[in-house]
Amino acid sequence: MMLLDVKNLKTYFYSKRGVLRAVDNVSIGVDRREFISIVGESGCGKSTLAYSIIRLVDTPGKIVDGKIVFDGRDLVKLSEEEMRRLRGKEIGMVFQDPMTSLDPLEKIGDQIVETIIEHERVDKKEAWEKASILLEKVGLPGDRVNYYPHQLSGGQRQRVMIALAVSLNPKLLIADEPTTALDVIVQEKIMDLLEDMKKEDRAIILITHDFALAADRSDKIAVMYAGWLIEFGKANKLANEPLHPYSEGLIGSVPDVWEDRDIKPMLGFLPDLIDPPKGCRFKPRCPKAMDVCDKEPPTFSVDGRVVKCWLYGENNG
Amino acid sequence: MASLKAYIVTRALLVIPTVLILLTVVFFILRILPGDPIAAMVGQKVPPEVVEKLREEAGLNKPLIVQYFEYLFNILRGDFGKSMIWGKRPVIDEIMLRFPATLELTIFGFTLSVLIGVITGAIAAFRRGSKIDSSMRIYSIVAYTLFIPWFGMLLQMLCGVYLKLLPIGGRITPGSEPTTITSLYVLDSLLTLNFNALIDSLSHIFLPALVLGIVLSGAYTRLLRNNLIDVLSQDFIVAYRARGVRERKVVKHAMKNAFIPVITLMGLQFAILLAGAVLTETTFSWPGMGTFLLERIQYRDYTSVQGAIVFYALFVALISLIVDIVYALLDPRIRY
Ligand SMILES: Nc1ncnc2c1ncn2[C@@H]1O[C@H](COP(=O)(O)OP(=O)(O)O)[C@@H](O)[C@H]1O
Ligand code: SF4
Ligand SMILES: [Mg+2]
Repeated sequence: MMLLDVKNLKTYFYSKRGVLRAVDNVSIGVDRREFISIVGESGCGKSTLAYSIIRLVDTPGKIVDGKIVFDGRDLVKLSEEEMRRLRGKEIGMVFQDPMTSLDPLEKIGDQIVETIIEHERVDKKEAWEKASILLEKVGLPGDRVNYYPHQLSGGQRQRVMIALAVSLNPKLLIADEPTTALDVIVQEKIMDLLEDMKKEDRAIILITHDFALAADRSDKIAVMYAGWLIEFGKANKLANEPLHPYSEGLIGSVPDVWEDRDIKPMLGFLPDLIDPPKGCRFKPRCPKAMDVCDKEPPTFSVDGRVVKCWLYGENNG
Repeated sequence: MASLKAYIVTRALLVIPTVLILLTVVFFILRILPGDPIAAMVGQKVPPEVVEKLREEAGLNKPLIVQYFEYLFNILRGDFGKSMIWGKRPVIDEIMLRFPATLELTIFGFTLSVLIGVITGAIAAFRRGSKIDSSMRIYSIVAYTLFIPWFGMLLQMLCGVYLKLLPIGGRITPGSEPTTITSLYVLDSLLTLNFNALIDSLSHIFLPALVLGIVLSGAYTRLLRNNLIDVLSQDFIVAYRARGVRERKVVKHAMKNAFIPVITLMGLQFAILLAGAVLTETTFSWPGMGTFLLERIQYRDYTSVQGAIVFYALFVALISLIVDIVYALLDPRIRY
């Protein structure tokens, strides 16, 4: 059984302008100890997918349909209290901006301790000891428990966020663009640390708009476009021979991974998710568009990968 | 914490120039105003020689600049001088007689204003965009613009005259005063377990404190609402929830964060609170510093007015110092 099995998930935002289909019929499976990256341009629904999994989608967003089976339970059906007990304990989350993700008024130690005692019956003293051990595990001196967030750098704070996220030993760690707000030098170290967290029998979902980073670190890559999951498969395969024209474009616009290729920045913009193009949502930007693309492409299985594109219809569909 | 001490010392030292400037302004404004204490006291039918003699006795015939420096020098020594009329009692004695009444009223008014402001602001923030939110917004504007004497009289009419629920003036029914410990009637009643005096003093302070509290609460309502909405949308709140922290505790953290700017406002509003207290005191015949000040301005009792103003200034300075310390204790970003 998979650790996480998202099936036909639909998360929509009911805004004044209309219904915004941020996550539209997305299915994705994550095995235990697997490192999966979700990539795509900003605004394609990556964060909404992540927040849907822990059921903290911002208003006016709502999970409209689908299943999120985690460790045998459908999270969509859990009560709010059951969900609260699961957050932090079984699924940990690391956020994009470490500068704003910690409470400025509480000591690092207090924030870790509060998290621990919300879930486990331990006394405060024990929890404090655990807090400094956790900090050491993420490469910070244990005495940083007595520091306030503003006394730490961005990289150090992101280490604290990781310590917080794994403080209850969750089976799944979701990191939403954990290095985007950091210096390049720090980015590598945080990514190393994140990969380290995999050792403890833990699956990781990394959300990033950086395809090179995803290709470099993960077992599998899922590519999202305009609320759709358009390709999902083994990282090395997807990086070397992308199937979907959008995946191809994404790789083409990454200069430093495949030096022999020219940089081909993708033309056009992400469509409006309230009023997306009919048929394939990538069609306005697709160099390989055909007549059939006016209909929504189904998801085809090709060589152990899934791809949502009519190009793979004849042989498999 | 060493930096906190340095900060407090600097803050305390800054009080000196503030008080000096205020003193100077008050000194000269009083002299520019037409009339002087002797004229106000004796009227117009007294022969000029007598007036002249009285002026000399009061030191009013000396050059203004000499009077100014003499006064300044005395204040710096902690000597507030004697009243120019009313039996030449030491000003400080008169102030100490009136101050507890003002202190008691401001404590109650201040507490009510923060309480009302925080509760209405929090309700508005949690019901953002609803009818309740709009009504709280209207409340904050109306409260802020209420004219104290008018609003005070309205409540006096309603609760005192019409419903006959509460007394409309004074601090306590004469004869019911509790044994003096702090001169704060409510506190003394509690300390001496004098429940008659407690009920009596509470029923007297309720209306004036409510007027003061409501008028000053508007600013807190708005500020807390906006802060709380802002804080609730911040990343660390989502991060708390994502770690499974109970909603009750998340709200507690949000309130604490939203409250920080409110503390700053408390310091800023304190001078306004005292000004409001002056109006409230006159409206409710409250025997405090405010009624004292207005009475003495009418008689051009220079020393008493100056003394009261300096006292007010020191009071404001002390409170804003306390507010700053509380602020620093609550917000680690200031402390370190
Ligand atoms: N709170 C919200 N209200 C309305 N629309 C939102 C909200 N959050 C996200 N969206 C919309 O949902 C879409 C997906 O956003 P998001 O999941 O944040 O994308 P990504 O993380 O890939 O950048 C975007 O079009 C965005 O405008
Ligand atoms: S379905 Fe058609 S338009 Fe869409 S990506 Fe495939 S080829 Fe391009
Ligand atoms: Mg995002």
